Amino acid sequence: MANLTPEEALERARAAAEAARQAAEAAQTYADYAADMVGSVAHAATGGAVDPTVFRLAIFVLAVFVGYYVVWSVTPALHTPLMSVTNAISSVIVVGALLAVGVSAMPDLGAGPWWAKAFGFIALILASINIFGGFLVTQRMLAMYKKKG
Amino acid sequence: MAANLSALLYLVAGVLFILALRGLSSPATSRKGNLYGMVGMGIAILTTVVFHPPADVGSWLIIILGMAIGGGIGAVVAKRVPMTAMPQLVAAFHSGVGLAAVFVAAGALYAPEAFGLGSVGTIHGGSLVEMSLGVAIGAVTFTGSIIAFLKLDGRMSGKPIMLPQRHLLNIVLGALLVVLIAVFVATESHVVFWFIALVSFVLGVTLIIPIGGADMPVVVSMLNSYSGWAAAGIGFTLGNLALIITGALVGSSGAILSYIMCKGMNRSFISVILGGFGGDSAAAAGGGAVETRPVKQGSADDAAFLMKNAAKVIIVPGYGMAVAQAQHALREMADKLKEEGVEVKYAIHPVAGRMPGHMNVLLAEANVPYDEVFELEDINSEFAQADVAFVIGANDVTNPAAKTDPASPIFGMPILDVEKAKTVLFIKRGMGSGYAGVENELFFKDNTMMLFGDAKKMVESILKSL
Repeated sequence: MANLTPEEALERARAAAEAARQAAEAAQTYADYAADMVGSVAHAATGGAVDPTVFRLAIFVLAVFVGYYVVWSVTPALHTPLMSVTNAISSVIVVGALLAVGVSAMPDLGAGPWWAKAFGFIALILASINIFGGFLVTQRMLAMYKKKG
Repeated sequence: MAANLSALLYLVAGVLFILALRGLSSPATSRKGNLYGMVGMGIAILTTVVFHPPADVGSWLIIILGMAIGGGIGAVVAKRVPMTAMPQLVAAFHSGVGLAAVFVAAGALYAPEAFGLGSVGTIHGGSLVEMSLGVAIGAVTFTGSIIAFLKLDGRMSGKPIMLPQRHLLNIVLGALLVVLIAVFVATESHVVFWFIALVSFVLGVTLIIPIGGADMPVVVSMLNSYSGWAAAGIGFTLGNLALIITGALVGSSGAILSYIMCKGMNRSFISVILGGFGGDSAAAAGGGAVETRPVKQGSADDAAFLMKNAAKVIIVPGYGMAVAQAQHALREMADKLKEEGVEVKYAIHPVAGRMPGHMNVLLAEANVPYDEVFELEDINSEFAQADVAFVIGANDVTNPAAKTDPASPIFGMPILDVEKAKTVLFIKRGMGSGYAGVENELFFKDNTMMLFGDAKKMVESILKSL
């Protein structure tokens, strides 16, 4: 170090300072990045940005599992009523028909709502046939199952 | 707030539907379960009309009119339909759910505001995907169920109808469907929507038409499943919990029933879907020479004598009993035997009849107590101790070739071991083979006595002789 000229020493000090500054900048970038990551994870965890479809999908998947276990516990003797009652409950699609029939169909809204009303009406009749037919025929069948004596 | 409340009420409806299925685990709880289902449906309908009231008086009238028409038809049908026609009825109901799904999706497309999906031209892509899945599955369910209905109702031959190049045709239709759905999602074009429906209608026909009568239990269960998935698709479009839960329940229920039916026939689901089983081609396998072998033929008096002196009789009903409407006469016969001190049980094969559980319903209709009716696994070991196995209208499900002949088309299928009984009484109209088109070795065994004639008349004359 003794033979170092003041110019050289100054130069080295400057280089060291530059390196330190670069390292600090990099650290700052990483820190920002990490903070972003944590932020977005936390955001997702609190549910802020999850699409409602994902929640519906979750319910759907869980319901498939519930259905799996519930249906396996159905006694084979009642498989026909099972089919007719699942028919009846899948006609809960009637809620869609009710929404379609109930749209406001003002002349200024064009033909769309009228079409929706017509489609809804057909769906409403079909679903109602299944609801009443399905539950009643199931009831009729189940009433026949009797124990001995 | 209102949105949360209505979502919760839909959830309640969904839970009640789960309880409705749960009730079916035993006949004792099943009636209460059905009631839960009705209450759930009532909640779903009321929630909809209260939270999304129809826009005007006219709409209210249309709703009341539609429900009155549909409800009236449904109630009358439910009251009048004979129990033997349940498979047809269920198939017809499936078609109704399928078509309703198509029209609800159409309604959502033409008036998206009413469904909270934005306005025409700006419907969210995800909703369009859900909508197109709902309409495609719904349309396949609709035409597929119509074909199943026609076959089950005897308005169309139960024989598989082979279209030329049907696998290629189905693949092309399927690919076309995928392309159309992609275009629809990108453009929200109403014309493309109807093309999706149209192609799916055609696909429903081409998928079901090559499947033969014997495979109908699988087809009916499969369409049951489809109607559920269609409902779930619409449920996603509407964001309705009751529909999503129900769709999932019904979808998995139908899938499980299809699985049980396939297992009952030892056939893979794929081979059933591909179709072509139960045609004439298989009948040739039996060969002409076999049919000339002698069989032991008996009369009603012989049968009556045998059963009166038996300690234990197991009755094996099949589709033939349903066709002949012999269940009431059969129960009277069983009652008479019980008076004579004979133990009588019923053995049901999983695929007896044209739909899952078909035989159980018919026996229940004839007032046979459900605790005398047993499933294959529960009763199969008892045939060895039985004096008489009384086979009425069943055939393939008793065929020992399923165990012994690896070349038989039904090889590997679980069967009822009727041949282990001391005597087998076989009521049949003639020597024809079953739906699988296979000769039944059982007819030629020494301990088998054939009773030729109409099942109902035969049982009635046995009853007289008792």
